[in-house]
Amino acid sequence: MAQIHDIAAERPWSGIVRKGQIIRIEDSHGQQAIDTIFYNATDFGERYSSQDTMRANGLAYISTGAKVVSSEGRVMLTVTADTSGRHDTCAGCCSCESNTVRFGHETRFLHACRENFILELARHGMTKRDIVPNINFFMNVPISPNGAMTIDDGISAPGDHVELRAEMDVLCVISNCPQINNPCNGFDPTPIRVIIKD
Amino acid sequence: MHIHRSPDAIAADRARYEDHQRRGLNFAPKALPEPSPRPAPQPAPDRILGHETIAGGWYSTLTLRAGEVMRIEGAAGTSVSLACWSARDTTERMNLPDTVKVQWTTELRKGRVLFSDMGRVMLSITEDSSGAHDALTGGSTAPDAPEGGRNCRDNMVLAAGKLGLSRRDIPAIWTLFAPVRVDAAGRFGWRGSLLSGNDWIELRAEMDLMLALSNTRHPLDPHGGAEPAVTVTRLAALPVPADDLCRTASAEAVRGFENNARGA
Repeated sequence: MAQIHDIAAERPWSGIVRKGQIIRIEDSHGQQAIDTIFYNATDFGERYSSQDTMRANGLAYISTGAKVVSSEGRVMLTVTADTSGRHDTCAGCCSCESNTVRFGHETRFLHACRENFILELARHGMTKRDIVPNINFFMNVPISPNGAMTIDDGISAPGDHVELRAEMDVLCVISNCPQINNPCNGFDPTPIRVIIKD
Repeated sequence: MHIHRSPDAIAADRARYEDHQRRGLNFAPKALPEPSPRPAPQPAPDRILGHETIAGGWYSTLTLRAGEVMRIEGAAGTSVSLACWSARDTTERMNLPDTVKVQWTTELRKGRVLFSDMGRVMLSITEDSSGAHDALTGGSTAPDAPEGGRNCRDNMVLAAGKLGLSRRDIPAIWTLFAPVRVDAAGRFGWRGSLLSGNDWIELRAEMDLMLALSNTRHPLDPHGGAEPAVTVTRLAALPVPADDLCRTASAEAVRGFENNARGA
């Protein structure tokens, strides 16, 4: 039986995906960045590694067929479906503090992904030190051959989704990104849906 | 559950972002300078606080007080991976995603800075002869190393351990003298011609820091063989002029240093 989790705009979520199960992450309304970190469910010290993942896939972006690799070099999940195209894993999550640097000190008191991650990780006995560079599903961050990097308008349409098969039991932690200072959410954060199925 | 924002609010935020984007990508207040000359000039003897040699394949830890400078002299056939933490609160650590995102570039070279997860500047790149460093793909792991060989990941776990930290504290790492570049399709390549064999870099600590360094071949480096030793020199602080390049190169750097000045 599938579990369906509707996640409100700007809110965090977490849940367990057992080995062999599929997690579908759905951008229900389109143009919504979904910041995601995976932890080994039985050893939170082993967690998603963006750098090992990019190197293992030979690609700066995540899409169908990509292996999601841990800090211990093991495959945590495999991307089995992707209706959108490519997803960022270089740009990390937004925070009140980085917003001040990017957009000005007046943006400090706006909700941010790091706030969501700290609150959600606290439910599992983890802290700020356990936040690692995440996957930004449905976030469009092209990197040019000259190194230039910019966050462009999201390219996902309503209902676009990715599916990942868990290769170990994982804790999935999501921040449904609240950023309104750049186009990653079309300047209008929206609800998303997560489905976990056997 | 969800109240849409007004078209006017969205239009205003979009206009502000596009202004930041235009200035960040095209109109930084200061053009970055040419790379530093090679070979590295000798520092004044009375400025040298200490020398260290890191054997090929090995690691080291060190501390820097705010203002002190670390010079790393590379050698043909190896790279140096780096992680750092605030000595005052080690949950504040180098954050490469923020570093590349806020400066609108993955190419960190002379004039750029490295940010912590708290929007503060940890290190300034005050000298750099190559600009050939890797902020994206990390370091070697056990399967990359020849039988019985050492690797960057284990070195980082060991270095963190000796600083009283654990693998939970290891951030995404930055690798010096590692010319990894991304093509239009997002594939990684090794641009060896960007290195000269006697490249060097100087990094100025902008807060009290603990650092871990690993002298290990980058996993995308196509060359083989044993890694040579590299030299690390700690240099005393010098006065920082008001128009210091790293502190004024971009609006983002200026705001980062404002966060440093504000303290906790």
